[in-house]
Amino acid sequence: MTPLRALLAAVFAAPLFAAAAAYAAPLKTDLAKSSVSATFKQMNVPVEAKFKTFTAQIDYDAAKPEASKAAVDIGTASMDLGDAEYNREVAKKEWFNTAQFPKATFVSTSIKPAGAGKLNVAGKLTIKGKTADVAFPLTVKADGKQQVFEGQLPIKRLAFNIGEGEWKDTSMVADEVVIKFRVTAGQ
Amino acid sequence: MQRYSSVAIALHWLIAILIVGTFTLGLVMTDIPGLTPTKLRYFSWHKWAGVTVLALAALRLLWRLRSRPPAYPAHMPTWQRHAAHSLHGLLYVLMFAVPLSGYFYSLAAGVPVVYFGLFPLPVLIEADAALKPTLGALHYWLNMLLAALVAAHVLAAFKHLLLDRDGVMQRMLPFSTNKEFR
Repeated sequence: MTPLRALLAAVFAAPLFAAAAAYAAPLKTDLAKSSVSATFKQMNVPVEAKFKTFTAQIDYDAAKPEASKAAVDIGTASMDLGDAEYNREVAKKEWFNTAQFPKATFVSTSIKPAGAGKLNVAGKLTIKGKTADVAFPLTVKADGKQQVFEGQLPIKRLAFNIGEGEWKDTSMVADEVVIKFRVTAGQ
Repeated sequence: MQRYSSVAIALHWLIAILIVGTFTLGLVMTDIPGLTPTKLRYFSWHKWAGVTVLALAALRLLWRLRSRPPAYPAHMPTWQRHAAHSLHGLLYVLMFAVPLSGYFYSLAAGVPVVYFGLFPLPVLIEADAALKPTLGALHYWLNMLLAALVAAHVLAAFKHLLLDRDGVMQRMLPFSTNKEFR
């Protein structure tokens, strides 16, 4: 092979290597098309609070779903209840204690295919320094070149000490909180 | 002098008590700083009471349309009749406008109303951060107007009782003790 041919071969082959490398690398999360929220019931009134800051890393190959991995970091101080005063309150010690625990995290331990467009995800959820094993179904849909991962995970807030002291009263704020998420990611 | 019908009297006083209570609770709850279970409880009670006022106001309006109130006494000057009539009309408008503005304020804040914690009421508008402060101010000022008009209404009633002594106030009292006005 002449140097010129070698150079040409390298130039033409490079995109192939790049594509192969891209498969092993995590997908790029499109935050504008992603959301994470928590819905809780306050005296039976459903209230949804959105988390404005989060990152999601999803390593997903439709051909090898069991090799997938997912990790999500949520900025606890970014919870938005639609009222600045309430947002300051839930940052306090008895709620999220954002000064000491600025992040809630989820890391997958296993992802298994469960039929077309469905995955069963198990992993570790850490909020306010408490880690619990959680499992939930996840749906995957292709949207153009991107994949949309959607699911919801019901948790018990008191298992993570969210709402201490007088807030332990679940007749006021129910124990069950549903975390809803939608992550759009692509190459 | 002819009294109001017992249905009109019952609705008047029921709504009056609810309005005074809900208004006071509104001032108390918004004065509680931060976020406490008591504050959230008061907010819920306030909304339930407000929705009750709205429902009773609807009943009262229907009753008013099919049952004419007793006529004003003949000695009342025309301007006083007009003033009384306008004031009553405005009070009717505010019986609807105050709870409705609060209802939409709550919806704009993203908190639907679940009556007595049991019955979810219709979510007519989406949560709207831009609209929320406007509806909050509207709800507040409609309440201040209502308070001023209620004060005028009560003063006028006492004017009839103490100065005119014409039995106009007694027509609306729940228990007629004075035989003269039966």
